[in-house]
Amino acid sequence: MTDRLRDKIIPVTVILAAIVVAWYVGSYAMNAPFQRDLDRRAGVTSTTWEFVVKTMSQPKPTLPAPHQVAVNFVENTFFRKVTSNRSLVYHAAVTLSSTVLGFAFGTVLGILIAVGIVHVVTLDRSLMPWIITSQTIPILALAPMIIVVLAAVGITGLIPKALISTYLSFFPVAVGMVKGLRSPEIMHLDLMHTYNASAGQVFWKLRVPASVPFLFASMKVAVAASLVGAIVGELPTGAVAGIGSKLLSGSYYSQTIDMFAALVAGSIVAILLVSLVGLAGRITERVMGARPA
Amino acid sequence: MISAKGLDLTFQTGDGPVHALSNVDLEIGKGEFVSFIGPSGCGKTTFLRVIADLEQPTGGAITVNGMSPQEARRRRAYGYVFQAAALYPWRTIEKNVALPLEIMGISAAEQRERVKRTLDLVNLTGFGKKFPWQLSGGMQQRASIARALAFDADLLLMDEPFGALDEIVRDHLNEQLLELWARTNKTICFVTHSIPEAVYLSTKIVVMSPRPGRVTDVINSTLPKERPLDIRESTEFLAIAHRVREGLRAGQSYED
Repeated sequence: MTDRLRDKIIPVTVILAAIVVAWYVGSYAMNAPFQRDLDRRAGVTSTTWEFVVKTMSQPKPTLPAPHQVAVNFVENTFFRKVTSNRSLVYHAAVTLSSTVLGFAFGTVLGILIAVGIVHVVTLDRSLMPWIITSQTIPILALAPMIIVVLAAVGITGLIPKALISTYLSFFPVAVGMVKGLRSPEIMHLDLMHTYNASAGQVFWKLRVPASVPFLFASMKVAVAASLVGAIVGELPTGAVAGIGSKLLSGSYYSQTIDMFAALVAGSIVAILLVSLVGLAGRITERVMGARPA
Repeated sequence: MISAKGLDLTFQTGDGPVHALSNVDLEIGKGEFVSFIGPSGCGKTTFLRVIADLEQPTGGAITVNGMSPQEARRRRAYGYVFQAAALYPWRTIEKNVALPLEIMGISAAEQRERVKRTLDLVNLTGFGKKFPWQLSGGMQQRASIARALAFDADLLLMDEPFGALDEIVRDHLNEQLLELWARTNKTICFVTHSIPEAVYLSTKIVVMSPRPGRVTDVINSTLPKERPLDIRESTEFLAIAHRVREGLRAGQSYED
């Protein structure tokens, strides 16, 4: 227990405290000019301490202080009905639904592409440059086009947003799975050859199980990318709900505290998603007999 | 069982052709235990891989059970044991042994029966549910032998199967291998670096030398089929070992 305290809890707490202190200092520095302006115009003089407190209780600060964000976050997460437009749980759920759908599409698409690349020489030679090119196009440029094109053919709502997530998440899965499906050692492949195994048998009994660790590693990257895609997808779509729309409306009305709270909500969703994928990976590997670390 | 005539195999590499096998003539009869011995690069592993249809010869002729190696492989005529155990880490030992049976489409009931039988044969009874990493190196290699035996091919090809194991484990496995050979009456081709191992195990020792890979001597062992470990101190054993060593030395003198 004392080891855990020394090795983990103390260092983590120290770093966290340092970040919070730096944040407070930054928040004072960023908000002070505006506050000085306000005070001068109102003809108010205050003690240093009063002034510091005022810089951290502005309704629309340049950089909100940590406690302002925390209060806003707690209020909008725990003390609102989840159906309310102000509830962060509601917005997170909207974003989460398109993230998960897009991630599922992306994973399936990535696996299919990888299988194609590993088994079809033509695809191996031709597909990779296109896939890499696809990832060099900024998603911000592409997202509105996807939304508009799909709306033109009558697809609106969840699917277009999810497809933006798919666009970002298939790439790590495809790259990881190509590597994974090619990971079996020569000896393991030779063994299959001596049994006169068919390509299908080699695939299911050797390539697929060998690729599982690669799959989960790339799915972790993909799920985080999916969330980014979902949030970005909410920006140009005029979405009225979701973490992205919360960020957008916050920026329209300079509601910086709301924006930060939405960012916190987004980070928590990201942590949850990545941990869930990691957990699923660990359970799968345990079932597949991996040596416990 | 295996017949090679004028067998050639040349690899084309960046540094020019490498003559892995050159004009190899060899007859291996049914039920023989044949060891291939020689320094690295003498083509002993390559020869085994040609029998297994893992390499294609560039000249000469070879038949396995009267067929081409490819045909023999299609009919699952041999089991192959690699230098490393090459067990699939995500399969338990019994699932690893069952792998060739699954691929050959053998019924689940018969799979269970054969897995049990072959695990008993290599003295791994009770280890079926373990994963490979839970076993020692020697036990893993025994599991891989069980896997090669599971589908009852008449021919067992072994490529330095005990090369990575220590002397004590190796002695033990050699003894067990002889016992297994006596019980199953299989033909075994065994590649090794070790003179005592070759002499102890074999009814026929094929001495090879490198550049180009070729057979320099074929020694028919005069040792009895029943071989306790201490036969290795008998004069007969030492005489054969001496002849192997002479053969290896003769092969090397070509280079000097």
